[in-house]
Order: sequence, then structure tokens, then C-alpha cells
Amino acid sequence: MMSTSVVNDMVIRFANVNGTGSASANEMFAKAIFRMGIPVSPKNIFPSNIQGLPTWYEVRVSEQAYLGRRDGVDLLVGVNPQSYAKDIASIKEGGYFVYDSTKKLHPDYIREGVHYVGIPMMQMCMENYDNPRHQQLFKNIVYVGALAALLDIEIEVLQDIIRGQFRKKEKLIPPNFKALDLGYQYARTHFECPLEIRLERRDNTGDQIMIDGNSATGLGAIYAGATVAAWYPITPSTSVVKAFETYAKKLRVEEASGRKKYAIVQAEDELSAMGMVIGATWNGARAFTATSGPGVSLMSEFIGLAYFAEIPVVLVNVQRGGPSTGMPTRTQQSDIISSAYASHGDTKHVLLFPSSPAECFEMTADAFDLADRFQTPVILMSDLDLGMNSHMSPPLKWDDKRKYDLGKVLSAEDLEKIEKYGRYLDVDRDGICYRTIPGTHPTKGSFFTRGTSRDEYARYTEEGAVYERIVDRLIKKWETVKSYVPAPELYQDHQQNERGLLFFGTSTYAALEAMALLRQKGIVLDALRIKAFPFNATVEEFLASHTEVFIIEQNRDKQFRSLLINELETDPKKLVSVLNYDGMPITADTIIQQIMKQLPATAPVMNTNHKSKTL
Amino acid sequence: MTFVKPAFRHPGMPKNKIGFRKSDYEGAISTLCAGCGHDSISGAIIQACYEMGVEPHKIAKLSGIGCSSKTPTYFLGNSHGFNSVHGRMPSIATGANLANRDLIYLGVSGDGDTASIGLGQFCHVLRRNLNMVYIVMNNGCYGLTKGQDSATADFGSISKAGSVNPFQPIDLVGLSLELGATFVARSFSGDKKQLVPLIKAAMSHPGFALLDILSPCVTFNNNAGSTKSYDYVREHIEATSTLDFVPEQEEITVEYEEGSSSSVVLHDGSVIQLQKLSPYWDPTNRDSAVNCIQQAKSKGEILTGLLYIDPKSQDLHHILETTEKPLNQLREEELCPGSAALDIINASLR
Repeated sequence: MMSTSVVNDMVIRFANVNGTGSASANEMFAKAIFRMGIPVSPKNIFPSNIQGLPTWYEVRVSEQAYLGRRDGVDLLVGVNPQSYAKDIASIKEGGYFVYDSTKKLHPDYIREGVHYVGIPMMQMCMENYDNPRHQQLFKNIVYVGALAALLDIEIEVLQDIIRGQFRKKEKLIPPNFKALDLGYQYARTHFECPLEIRLERRDNTGDQIMIDGNSATGLGAIYAGATVAAWYPITPSTSVVKAFETYAKKLRVEEASGRKKYAIVQAEDELSAMGMVIGATWNGARAFTATSGPGVSLMSEFIGLAYFAEIPVVLVNVQRGGPSTGMPTRTQQSDIISSAYASHGDTKHVLLFPSSPAECFEMTADAFDLADRFQTPVILMSDLDLGMNSHMSPPLKWDDKRKYDLGKVLSAEDLEKIEKYGRYLDVDRDGICYRTIPGTHPTKGSFFTRGTSRDEYARYTEEGAVYERIVDRLIKKWETVKSYVPAPELYQDHQQNERGLLFFGTSTYAALEAMALLRQKGIVLDALRIKAFPFNATVEEFLASHTEVFIIEQNRDKQFRSLLINELETDPKKLVSVLNYDGMPITADTIIQQIMKQLPATAPVMNTNHKSKTL
Repeated sequence: MTFVKPAFRHPGMPKNKIGFRKSDYEGAISTLCAGCGHDSISGAIIQACYEMGVEPHKIAKLSGIGCSSKTPTYFLGNSHGFNSVHGRMPSIATGANLANRDLIYLGVSGDGDTASIGLGQFCHVLRRNLNMVYIVMNNGCYGLTKGQDSATADFGSISKAGSVNPFQPIDLVGLSLELGATFVARSFSGDKKQLVPLIKAAMSHPGFALLDILSPCVTFNNNAGSTKSYDYVREHIEATSTLDFVPEQEEITVEYEEGSSSSVVLHDGSVIQLQKLSPYWDPTNRDSAVNCIQQAKSKGEILTGLLYIDPKSQDLHHILETTEKPLNQLREEELCPGSAALDIINASLR
């Protein structure tokens, strides 16, 4: 029996009702697996509503640390009769359906090839808890306890998590332990435990952490020295500022006075949020805002002002399904074009594409340095999958030797030495001019910031030649940016392969898995993970040196491909899209299927191992 | 008419208490129409700043888009300026103020900029009580696009093209009082005597100070039938009081005459002294101010002066409990928690 069992490779899905407190129980389940040293990747799948409707939580367990989504559910915990039909249909042949058997299951729901594991969760809670809210809440812990028996999760690990969670409310620990035990004992008594899918302690998580991208981004802003955060609530970006606030309360309060070394303003709309960021950075503070697609649309006019007037801006765009209100609680990478060229007229903005929480942290800090150095908007292109789901991630790192790059800012002493200051003079011939902060010097360095065209001394002008000089310098500056943004990561054998794969952001999880699985089929691709726009020279070289390049992106219109074609000298014919835009994170299977369709029947086989390097 | 300012200034020109001449508060030559009310307001701003003795570089001047928003070029040439996008100056001012609480923020806007496209931002900057002076140069029309009615144009007022405005106006003073403003004044560009002390008082007020200044558009809204023309305003103006502003640095020697004058002491010790025309006028009573404005309106009068002030006003920084030291002056050592703190955070996430 045990010999046929599947160890540490499964997808478990929880089908809950929104608002019943299942989230923390589900997270506890994922965390326990992580603490057993087994790589795990949980995802919230939730509709855009408040309460009472179906919501899902999916956990992928993968010994090989494949952390993308995988289709097909091995075990489904169904506590929401409203979604039973759909839930049971999603279970793989031979999979399990764990349900609340307090009420008898309707015969319509019986599907051949699925194992039914009935546990009278509500009944047990009614018998053991008086308070109706507790009866509801502990039902979630009961199924976690049952899963511990069914899947072989170490019960001590779960108890540890409960102890940690209720450190400050100790009297809640015993009733939680009791619920855990109720489920555990019931499963042990009534079913053969463990099931044929099970878990076994490993040491495959190393020093990694579990954190969601938005929390890492908020913390990145703290480390980067942001003092002003202005924002307007929008899913899925809201928790970025929430995290900034939580960490700021702990790390950024003056001890003696209790006063805050930060200011957070919930603005009246996204326009105002962006205006506040611009005002603050114009005045020498580091400031940022976080939003999603519709917010970027509203901020676009201001983004254009920041670009043209050369004001540093850090904008976190946690992308969701568009267009318009689209699918607010689903993921996409569909703001590529609208972010890269936000606002009217000729504009280009720096984009950074993180693919893990550690990169959210690091790239947020980088974004502030880049924005200050180049006096321009920098947009962190996260997405709902990365932002709102917990991910296994390398630990967050900060080098204490790192100094903030505040760029070219003149002090009063600097101004003393200058005979005639010109805000838009290209003194160093790199396209980046020197700025001054209001209040610096009594008679020198003041200038007028405006969105209208002006000369090198910030004087309004509509003279064509002067205007051209200014916008051409902005392009020169843009060229300089290329060598400062994070370089792409190349995955290639010592010998180059014919075909290439190109991806960015959260597609990375599925892309790496797809590459490994394709390799098992004898199909070997070189790959390039893009981390930033503008593209540096390696991207053009990679495209040129491969006969065909598959580009993975999560939108309908091949936006990233368009950006490559628009910005680089490359033959569009060789850029083949691999797309997914149903609002769910892309899977390795989707990638493999689309690539296989494009390949000739005989594909080259390479047996060397990939090594990745940062270029 | 010359467009170049003379570089020569008489060496004997008087200096204010911090050693600046009036010319140090001036800006470029105005390109607005000759006789524009806005230029008179620019003049009053220069006069007020000179008399107050503020360092020019400690003032940040901000504006939106429109004729009025062009004026910051014409005063305070040594101050940083920000000519932002249409109606969105308040958010820029908010961010700027959050970054550095030590500067004086002077926002200049028009009736189109404030009452139409910028009405939302105006309301919200006001309710956050941001420490700034917000001047509306109110002429009831869009001058820059050749005279369309704005949202402050009075019902029944006739435009230069002869059309009668069929819509109700937005009264920025009434709206501000309703929204909880802590300093509300209305004045007339042609009344420099009233305007200068009002600007000085607004600059000393710790919070949002609205100055709604009627400033006739000589080109597009100075015709018969317009209720924002010079003639109309002069005929219908009614002052609540004459006022004087005494900054904290000066010894206060004014004798107050019981019953006909009163004084409002501000946070920093400055005093606003009112010589009342109406014996019932109490500028610290919001309800009374609202009533009087309504009564004046029904009589067809334009009430000017300091209409309301809350001497206990506390600004946004106070509400947010930010550090006394401006946020833009906090150094890396004061902001970055370092790797040791991050190690603890990492450990808590395992």
C-alpha cells in the first residue's frame, strides 16, 4: 500500500464560504507543510465580493519546488454546498473529497473514481462549543486536524503554529488544540490513515521564508527610506500600504517623542495620491503610491507631468484582470503597454518586474534609487498572484553598506559655487540634470516646475528647437537608464540552443517548471528572464541569436511582445507568444502545450544541465 | 509698455526687518491683460511677504492651470514654483507640505481650476486642514479659453457674448464653512488695504486658509450685466470689518476699543485685530458667519473680510503626529532599520 503512495507532490484545494474565517486555518495548513521542510505554494482564489459567496484556497506541494499553479486537484476539502458540483468536478480521477458529513451528501454529488471522506465537522463543533461564532470558526480547525491524520502532517508542528498565533491570547490555545484533535481523532478512527497521497518531512526549504509580495514591497519602501505614502484603496494593491504602515509603526517611530518618521495619507482618489507623491518628491522626500490598472489610468496625466518635469516617482502597480474594472480579484500581466507609455505625448517609463517576494523587496528599494537618479517615474510591475499570495522566497536581504542614491541634488554649498544655475542643463552629458530642493538657498537655485515646455533654465518657451533639445535629452537619459536597471537572467547550457524562451514576473514559476519538464521530453530551450524595461543590449542579442523565441505572458494582446518589437531591432516573425489570460496564474502545462504545438516532430535533444547567471 | 524689468534699483530702497527689499519679493513682468485683477493680487502678495519679513526662499508657490495659475511667475522670483496640472494643485501642495513642514505654502488658483475640475481636491485639502494659503482669483469666467462661464458665475449673470448663465453658482466661501474650514476670507482685488493684512493673517494661520478674492476679468467678464465686473463688485461690496495683522515678533501696542474692535490671537502669538463695522460680527463663530453670508447674499451684497477663523486650528502634521523635523531632512540612519532588524523579520516568517 505505502509503496504506491505519492509523497510530497499534490494539489489540495479548500472550498470555503467567504467570511467564515477559513483563511487563517488554510494558511496554517500551508505553513505546517512549509515547516516540515517541504516546498509549498498556496494561492487564494477569491471572487470580487464581500461575504457569503464561494472562495477557494489552493495549496500545491512539490518536493522539486515547482511553485507555479498546477491543474487538477488531488484532495478537495469542500465545506460549501453551494459549489459542490464544481468542486467535485475539479478532483482528479482517484482523488479525494473531504466534506462535512453532518448533513448527508445528496446522491447527485456522488462521482465514480472519487474517494469520499465524510467528517461530521459541524456536528462535532455543536457538541463541543457553545458560542455560535466559535462553532463556525473551529470547524475550520477541525478539518485541518483531519487533514493532519489523512496526509500525515506532524501534529506538533500545527500546535506550534497555533501557539505562535495566539501568543497574546493564550486562552484561545486550548479550544484550538481541541478542535485540531477532534478532526485528527475522527479521521484516524474512521479512515485508513494516511491516504495514498501523503507528506513526509524533508529538508528542502533551507532558509527560505513565506511572505506575500505586497508585504515585501511595503517593507522594501521602509528600507528605501520612503517617508510619504499616498494611496487610494484598490484590490490587489491595498496591502502594500497596509504593510508599509504596519512595519512603519514598529520601525519608524521616534522613541523620545512617539512621533512618526513617516506620513501616510489615504487620498480621495488615485489622481490625488499621485499628486501627493509628486509634491513630496519635488520637495526632497522619498514617496510612493501603490495601485492597480484602473488607478494607473487615473494617474496617467500626473505620470506624464513627472516624466516631462523630471520628478522622481515610485509607483507600485499590482496588476489584475482588465480592461476597465475587468476581473478585480484575478491576476494578469496586462498593464505592460499602459504602464510603459503612461500619459499623452512621447513618454517612456522605467518598469521593474519582480518574480518573488525577495525581488519585490529588493526592486522596491532599487526603484527609489532609480527614480532619484534619473528623476523619472519608476513602476514596479507586480501582480495579484505575487502580491496577495504567500510565496516561498529567499530571505529578504539588506546590505548595511548600501547608501541611498539620491541622484543629482545640489546643496546650498554647491549652489554657492555655481554662477548661473540651470535646472535642465545637461552638465555631465549623460542626460541627467541637477535639481534643487525648495528652501535650499536664499537667492540661488530656485526654478519653476511646470508641465509646459521650457528651456534649460526652466523658462517657459514654445520654441520648436528648444523643445526638441529637451525631449531629445530625455531620450539620452533613457539610454543611460539601460545600464542601471537590473539585468536579465540567462538560463543556458554551455552551448547555445536553437530556440529560446522569454518570460518575466510571476510567469517565472511555471516557466522554470515547463523548461524542466520539456527537457525530460528531450526539448531544451535557452531562456531569458527579463527584470526591467528599458531592455539592455542582452535582450536584443538573445532575440538575434535564436531562430525562434517563445514569449510567455499573461494577457491577450501579446503586450510584452509588442514592447520588444517597438523598442528593439528584431524580426517579429520569430517571436512566438505563449499566452494565458483567464485570470488564473499560468501553469507549466499550458506553456508546454502551446510550445509543443509550435515545434516540429523531431526536436533537438541536449543532456547538459542548465545553469543560470545574471548578465 | 515694456516687458523688461529695469535691473537698476535705487540703493536707498528701504529694507524689511530681515534685510530684504521689496524688489526681492517681485517676479517677472506680468503677461496678463493690462488692468487684470490678478496683477493687483500679485502686488498684494508681494507687499504682504515684504511686510511680514519672510525669507523668499522659504515660500513655495504652487498653482494649477489658467490665468490665475500663471501669476506665481510674477511674484516671489526667489521662491520655488510649481505650475501643476489643471485643478490638481492641492495634492501637489499636500505632498510638498508633508515632505517639509517648515516652508510656507502659497497656492494660487482660479475659479475654473478650483470650482470645476479641481473641486474634489479643493474639498479634500480643506478637510485635511493642510497648512497652506489657498488664494482663489475669482473672476467667474475662463479667461484663457476666451470667456466661458465658470462654476462660480452667478445665476443670471450675462457673459460678454450676451448669454445669461442658467446655473446656480458654487460659493467657495459657503462651501468651505460647510466643510469645516478653519480660516475663510473673501476680498476684492481692488481693495489692497483689506487684502494685505488678510494675506498676512492667512500665512500665519496654522491650517488651511482660504482667500476667495473677486478679481474681475477686464477682457472677458467686465461687461454690463456681469456680476463679477469691477463696477458691479464696487457697488455691492460690504465689509464685515477692517482688519490689521500684528506678527508675533512685534510688540503689540494697539489699544482695543471696547465694543467696536476685537482681536484674535493665533498659535504663534500673532494677532488679528478687527475694527468692526458690524457690532455683531464674531469671526470665531461659524454659525453666525454662515448666517451673515446668507443674509448678505439675499440682499445682493458681497460680504468681504475675515469671515471665519478657528484660533485652535491644528494642521495635518499635528493630526498625523509626524516628527517636528521635516520628513525630507531625515537621514538614512534615521530611516533605514538595517539588516539586523531584517534578520528578525525573516525569522518571524519561517
